[in-house]
Amino acid sequence: MRAVAPSIELARNVIAVRALSKRYGGLDGIEALHEVDFSVGEGEFLAIVGPSGCGKSTLLKILAGLIPATGGTALLNDVAIEGPRRDIGVVFQSPVLFPWRSVLGNVLLPADVQRLGRARMTQRAMELLALVGLSGFEHSYPWQLSGGMQQRVSLVRALIHDPALLLMDEPFGALDALTREAMNVELQRIWLERRKTVVFITHSTGEAVFLADRVAVMTPRPGRIGDLFAVDLPRPRALDVMTHEKFGGYVRRIRAALNAGGGLE
Amino acid sequence: MTRATGGVVNFMLRLVLVAATLAVWEALVRLAEVPAFILPTPSSIFTALYRGIASTLYLNHIGITLAETLIGFVVGTVLAFALGIAVALSRPVEYFLYPFIVMFQAMPKVALAPLIIVWFGLGLTSKVVNAALVAFFPLMVNTIVGLRSAEEEKVDLMRSLAANRWQVFWMLRLPNAMPYIFAGLEIAMIFALIGAIVAEFVGAQSGLGMLIQSMNFTMDVAGQFSVLPILSVLGLILNGMVNGVRRRVLFWDPSQKVDAVASAQKKGGTL
Repeated sequence: MRAVAPSIELARNVIAVRALSKRYGGLDGIEALHEVDFSVGEGEFLAIVGPSGCGKSTLLKILAGLIPATGGTALLNDVAIEGPRRDIGVVFQSPVLFPWRSVLGNVLLPADVQRLGRARMTQRAMELLALVGLSGFEHSYPWQLSGGMQQRVSLVRALIHDPALLLMDEPFGALDALTREAMNVELQRIWLERRKTVVFITHSTGEAVFLADRVAVMTPRPGRIGDLFAVDLPRPRALDVMTHEKFGGYVRRIRAALNAGGGLE
Repeated sequence: MTRATGGVVNFMLRLVLVAATLAVWEALVRLAEVPAFILPTPSSIFTALYRGIASTLYLNHIGITLAETLIGFVVGTVLAFALGIAVALSRPVEYFLYPFIVMFQAMPKVALAPLIIVWFGLGLTSKVVNAALVAFFPLMVNTIVGLRSAEEEKVDLMRSLAANRWQVFWMLRLPNAMPYIFAGLEIAMIFALIGAIVAEFVGAQSGLGMLIQSMNFTMDVAGQFSVLPILSVLGLILNGMVNGVRRRVLFWDPSQKVDAVASAQKKGGTL
């Protein structure tokens, strides 16, 4: 059944997922994930694209160690993910900032939880805030920031403890279209500078092609990884790459794969 | 007209309205020749208030009632906070305490005042116990609800960072519960005052509740009326204390700003 997909086997896999399954509510429950297989190389940007309810968020929660799988394995740097780990950074769909903490306080939350030492981490926090263009907002509070700025704070928070893996669950889904494009450009710039391994979940094919080295198509009921597409577009990609014929070709092929899997109506 | 002069004009209008109400009251009582033991004139109430304060008769009673209220508030809220945390964090504690909580919550706590006087005597202790009892429930309920109100994604964020139970409590659940806790403290403070006064009605040697009660026996109706503004000022001061702390602690909560404006207006109106 599974289409043969072009895959770049990198020297070392940060993430290796084998036959991962998740069933909610016992044996006759709903199967959210069915034998999902994929791997992510070091420094690779993998986008997983799929419609709502295809199990994307379930997959991400398993990778983040928030919920257990019911079958198969997920390895992070060759160690099974069996619970929350300190070397993972997560960016959720909403910024999830604590209103009683300043921007700097929010960014330092992982440092506080993991007792990494505030003095050392504050230096790093300031550098990362500068990287996302938030210098001067360290002492602002979340309600004083726009949605895009809040999401940038949550991105810095996910990077502060220098995780081996960055998990992003539709991080720009709640933003307006223009802010979202600007955030995509910015995320690419940050990724090119820091080269984190990223698993990026989205329901936008355009966003996936723009950002990713590879795009995995996920189909629903039960959630499976279908085709994988290697995106061969030069970086840094500017927004007008979206008008490029090759870009359109990727988007069309990914949409076709989503349709074939029953992903779109 | 600027906003500032508009505010001054409105404030003057309020004063005029209060003065007019008192004048109508005075005139009606005099014209209808209502006996003083039914409804006294505002002027006789002011005279009684002035005499009570000038003779320092009221000061002692104010001090006693204030002490009962504050000690009762502290005792009741500290216990409520501790028990609220235990119930919110521990399923077994919640399971076994639940029947007691439901039973006590549905019951008007002031109905226990006569028993409390029997158990703890006519002195300060019984008033403190009664004030603590009525102050206890609003804060306990709000503490439980507040500690459980942390959004799931925030809990997920903490868990994704490998935070332990205590870190989730200290860094997320407790600060997140603060708006609820302060709403509970505000109610608890006013309830403590009510609890102290009711206990004084039932049996006491001093305090503003006892003063009202003894004036009632001697048909000193103007005197009874004169204690009421003292109680409202007391209530406003106690409420203002909680509000002052709340505004400092909850500076981060935008919804508090609306409340602060509303309560400032409320104060202007009642003072």
